[in-house]
Amino acid sequence: MLAAILVMALGAVLLGAALGYAAVRFRVEGDPLVEKIDAILPQTQCGQCGFAGCKPYARAIAKGEAEINQCPPGGDEGIHKLADLLGRDFKSLSAEHGIEKPKSVAIIDEQACIGCTLCIQACPVDAIVGAAKQMHTVIARQCTGCELCLPPCPVNCISMQPIAESAETWKWKYPAYRINPAPREAA
Amino acid sequence: MTVLQRLFSFNGGVKPAYNKEASTGLPIAMAPMPAQLVIPLHQSIGGTPRPLVAAGEYVLKGQRIGGADGDVSSAVHASTSGTVVAVEMRLMPHTSGLSARCVVIQPDGREEWIPRQPFDYRGATPEQTRDYLRDAGVVGLGGAVFPSYLKINPGKSGKLDTLVLNGAECEPFITCDDVLMRERAASILKGALIMREMLGAARVLIGIEDNKPQAIAAMEAAARAANEEAGHPAMQVVAVPTRYPAGGAKQLIRVLTGIEVPHGKRSTDYGVQCFNVATAYAIYEAIALGQPLISRIVTVAGNVARARNYEVLFGTPMRDLVDLCDPRPDSDRVIMGGPMMGLLMPADSVPVVKAANCVLVGSPKLFPAPPPEMPCIRCGECAKACPADLQPFELYWFSRARIFGKAQEYHLFDCIECGCCAYVCPSHIPLVDYYRFAKSEIWARETQKEAADVARERYEFRLLREERDKQEKAAKLAARTVAARATAAAALAAAEKPVITAADVAKKALITAALERARAQKAGVRQENTGNLTPGQQAEIAAIEARRAEIREMAKPHLRQDD
Repeated sequence: MLAAILVMALGAVLLGAALGYAAVRFRVEGDPLVEKIDAILPQTQCGQCGFAGCKPYARAIAKGEAEINQCPPGGDEGIHKLADLLGRDFKSLSAEHGIEKPKSVAIIDEQACIGCTLCIQACPVDAIVGAAKQMHTVIARQCTGCELCLPPCPVNCISMQPIAESAETWKWKYPAYRINPAPREAA
Repeated sequence: MTVLQRLFSFNGGVKPAYNKEASTGLPIAMAPMPAQLVIPLHQSIGGTPRPLVAAGEYVLKGQRIGGADGDVSSAVHASTSGTVVAVEMRLMPHTSGLSARCVVIQPDGREEWIPRQPFDYRGATPEQTRDYLRDAGVVGLGGAVFPSYLKINPGKSGKLDTLVLNGAECEPFITCDDVLMRERAASILKGALIMREMLGAARVLIGIEDNKPQAIAAMEAAARAANEEAGHPAMQVVAVPTRYPAGGAKQLIRVLTGIEVPHGKRSTDYGVQCFNVATAYAIYEAIALGQPLISRIVTVAGNVARARNYEVLFGTPMRDLVDLCDPRPDSDRVIMGGPMMGLLMPADSVPVVKAANCVLVGSPKLFPAPPPEMPCIRCGECAKACPADLQPFELYWFSRARIFGKAQEYHLFDCIECGCCAYVCPSHIPLVDYYRFAKSEIWARETQKEAADVARERYEFRLLREERDKQEKAAKLAARTVAARATAAAALAAAEKPVITAADVAKKALITAALERARAQKAGVRQENTGNLTPGQQAEIAAIEARRAEIREMAKPHLRQDD
């Protein structure tokens, strides 16, 4: 009886030690789920989801504090990907967080810009260059189209321009069979 | 020099009607100079070359007008001498109907060349030769327009086993390589010898489909002469069975050498490199004659009365070429390339570019609209026909359902878009259209992902910077407070214990001396008047003082009345 208890106790201690060691040795830095969710999010950093960027939103989703349908730039496709990742049901984009828009870039009307640097401070990805009392301009390649620079501008000189189709961005369209109307028979 | 060579075979393939006879009856003709040349800057795979000329400049024939930009890019040259009218966006020869930056040249008719000198590739390093070929604008002329300088690289081993020259030309209607081999076999082989030397290849296999007996004969004769001159039989012309797409690089390598290049590998990993015969000719022209790539042989065929091959300067409108060949009145479209892989042009005004091996004129009768797409019946014909050993039906389902990850798992990107699957499909499904759709969607997502990664990096750096700025500011503020406190304390201490300087000491001494003098003076005066008095004198003074006081008292009421 005693021997059996001792054996079980010894086993428990050994296994506990092994588990404890493994927990320390193979500790996972950060939350891998947050990273995975963050990888799906479009990194617009627009804050339309109600969080201060994509990473905080990813954290909130991982904790179950936010729904997966709060990201307008990610669109339905992003929601589908999040649903697949998290094993949740697809929900259509929540209307209160905005609508999916075509990808755009901010354009500063350089004639009207007064050089106040407010937009530079608002840009989450440092895509606007300029200095106080100097003209500002947007680095289109870096612009995520988050629209955060629009409200601070005191002279409303920033506008969003949808990205035009170019030779680099042109895509083959989904094949659709064109139905031609039958030639009208002479009456 | 036909050695009996064991030939291999690739799976699949189809045998469409070849329609090649019409354009091989006449020799190559020089296409007349058009009124204006519109030369797109982007004519090869890779980065768009930088424009090197501006409107109003005079250019010579063969002058570089677009400089290679980036690691993968190839230069573009003026096809003739004349004045640059504009550098602007013009309709480009692509199905999209989009515009691209073009250099528009008004020819002056003098055809004045830049100074041309052969390039001494034996005296130059391989890097120098590759740079020269990049700046000469030599790209693969089989249709893929991949910059050739990147391919003339033997890789790590420094040596290749086999150089394959691709003269198969398997696509219907196209005969530009056929006539080039018939008429310029010796020059093609000179180019091949240059490439062979640069690649360190032991042998050169020239694969030609057996439906081109005249080209085979011409190339064999030239190969015999070249081998005799070189002293050893390195060149070998091999007739390969006619079956579309025998001219695909991987398919031809398989047929000639038996090597099957697997997914994710390159043929150079197996000691084989493949070039089109027209590319070999372009390399000969660039190195032996010092002429950059400014023209190519173009087959004009299809719904025309007189199909023929022309040597065409890049930038010539396709319409001019079509007009040379008497298009039939029902012609309604122009296709760049052949009927299997060609691209429908948005208009016939688009220019001939390096990729244009054929200008195919179509009509509703020649290329009737495909019957309506029917559901896939899982017959498996497409898999039997696929020369890349893929499962086209799986790719089709996944592309159609937009499950792109799965499509990639089934090696969508190994698809060469040859069109065999769509050709055999009994349900008339435009399979290649689905693959092209899926490929471009995947590319777009890839670009988006890269952009998102950059945005994330920049956003995180911004947060980091803001945090750092905050800390730096706080540290600076703290340091400033400490410094201010220290100054205040020092000032306080200084007030308590003033620092005495030499000037102060001198001033003080002066003041003390003056005070001292005044006191001494005062003391001296008192001593003179009141010192050393006798008691009688003192009593007298006291009496006088008393009297003065009495008088003062008596005078007081009068003084007040006087007031």
